[in-house]
Amino acid sequence: MAVNVESRLSAHLRGLAERGEKALGMFITSGFPDLNATPDLLDAIDAGGADFIELGMPFSDPLAEGIPIQRSSARALEAGVTMAKTLEYARDFTSRSDTPLLLMGYGNPVMQYGISNFFRDARSSGVEGVILPDVLPDPESPFFRSAAEHGVDTVCLVSPTTPTARLEHIDRLSSGFVYAVSVTGVTGANTGDASPILDYLRRVKQTVRENALMVGFGIRSAENVRTMVSEADGAIVGSALVNLVADVWDGEAGSRAERLAAVTAFVADLKSGTRS
Amino acid sequence: MIEETLTTAQPDARGYFGDFGGAFVPEILVPALEELTEAFSDAKKDPAFQARYHGLLRDYVGRPTALTFAERLTERLGGGRIYLKREDLCHTGAHKINNAIGQILLARRMGKTRIIAETGAGQHGVATATVCARFGMECVVYMGAEDIERQKLNVHRMQLLGAEVRPATSGSQTLKDATNEAIRDWVTNVRDTFYIIGSVVGPHPYPAMVRDFHTIIGEEVKVDLEDKEGRQDPDILIACVGGGSNAIGIFHPFLNNPDVRCIGVEASGEGLDGRHAATLTLGKPGILHGALSYLLQDAEGQVDLAHSISAGLDYPGVGPEHAWLKQTGRVEYLSATDDEAMEGVKLLSETEGIIPALETAHAIAGLARIAPETSPDELIVLNCSGRGDKDMQTIAGAL
Repeated sequence: MAVNVESRLSAHLRGLAERGEKALGMFITSGFPDLNATPDLLDAIDAGGADFIELGMPFSDPLAEGIPIQRSSARALEAGVTMAKTLEYARDFTSRSDTPLLLMGYGNPVMQYGISNFFRDARSSGVEGVILPDVLPDPESPFFRSAAEHGVDTVCLVSPTTPTARLEHIDRLSSGFVYAVSVTGVTGANTGDASPILDYLRRVKQTVRENALMVGFGIRSAENVRTMVSEADGAIVGSALVNLVADVWDGEAGSRAERLAAVTAFVADLKSGTRS
Repeated sequence: MIEETLTTAQPDARGYFGDFGGAFVPEILVPALEELTEAFSDAKKDPAFQARYHGLLRDYVGRPTALTFAERLTERLGGGRIYLKREDLCHTGAHKINNAIGQILLARRMGKTRIIAETGAGQHGVATATVCARFGMECVVYMGAEDIERQKLNVHRMQLLGAEVRPATSGSQTLKDATNEAIRDWVTNVRDTFYIIGSVVGPHPYPAMVRDFHTIIGEEVKVDLEDKEGRQDPDILIACVGGGSNAIGIFHPFLNNPDVRCIGVEASGEGLDGRHAATLTLGKPGILHGALSYLLQDAEGQVDLAHSISAGLDYPGVGPEHAWLKQTGRVEYLSATDDEAMEGVKLLSETEGIIPALETAHAIAGLARIAPETSPDELIVLNCSGRGDKDMQTIAGAL
């Protein structure tokens, strides 16, 4: 729920905007491709210049995800990732870096961890915000109440099907930023022609005034980022990074350092799309 | 009629039955769910819609279905008088078509052009493919790859009816995963696509809407029992519970009478200490497929794989209204193993000449435990939710 005191995440994004810069958010699944990789991957993404990072909390039945993040989630769960480990990765990363870290995932693992405990531990692990695509904005829900109580931002989503009146409602209840899903579809979706997306973002931007507007789903190149940020405050890339990580980890050779360098280079290239 | 007669058993405005239900879905689907809620509410009040729905149930489905006195089964079990509500006699062989008819009429009313569905045993898939053929609409049915193997006959039926059967290859490759894939399709094609959910599960308004399309089952029991026994309400109702649609359909018109004992029978698979699908018996509250209900899951909130010999009960979740009925104690929930279900198949086949679906066989297993404890003046109605033809390969393998 929007709070009167500006959160660190909002302030960070506003700082970027004031410098005339757009934001790049990167998503990576916690515990993927193996448990040891996550701390190094977070650092590699950070080194590439991401403005914020979303660490995915794997769930067995991720119904908003396309195949890349479905597979990365299943692989992380097989590797033995737990909520406690994800929070530990978050704590380690935020102790090393000032780049805002968010957690993204589904309602059920949060509910089983204990909703209030989750937001308390997320906060104490330095997590700035949480994104739960299957938990709808509702100030009465225990998710939103606990998040507000513990000072964790709740980033809400809007989609091309969201009517204007509901955009206002979502803007009021969202904190950190508002996440605009680019097309009707799952993560990694083929977005097709950009012009209807840009029209939609223009419409959303007219209504969403309390929060920065980040656009995600199906964005995979610096060129995509450059197009999207013409009508948004930033862009989020997830499936494309997950695909790259799967490729370099499972591919022919390459030392660990070379794999991580490939990740940093990919993020740096995407980041170039945020600077005109 | 599809009525709103029971004030005690309605979800609240946010779609909750007590602590259970709600809508846990991607934002993309919110306008579609609101539109559906409104369309269903309007349709219920529209005499033309009611006439169309009930006309199709009569002339196409073959309703009302019989209420058969099970004379030899009653003798065999030695307790109360047992009646069978013969949903196995519905067109396509199970109760599922009641709901498919209702939802496709809504889809057409809303101007949707494409239908999607998920299926476990294939009965809901067949029912959906059937109504799509009847109305000439495009139909895609998601089915777990493992279920495609064990329910081949139903796959052929759906294909003959013109539906495209898409295998769900993720996870356990059963109903849970088919439902994930159907939701992903809906999220992608929400503007022109209507999702016909096959049980009293999913986000609001589905649990209440699917229930309302099945309460015809219980309503007919009242009429027939009055005719045959001189009273509308039995002493005991028994039905199997996977998602729980046939059980809700027969229980619901009786929930306001506390003297009617309602018993749901879940699938305990290899046994409650082995692989099973006894969600209400051993699950904990959790969120899956758009609703908060009981769920089979581990301590981390990852959904467990269910197991049952019956593909239609092989599901780690259950309808939120059942979760609420369990919590309030209004309905008792038992479970029956794969082996007990096979005994149930034999029992009904041998005593009554009716081969039940493996799902229904779980209710018969429950009945075999309950009936001997009852007195001869008690009336028991078992919902014979489907016929066993589709299961003959599995049954032959297990006997």
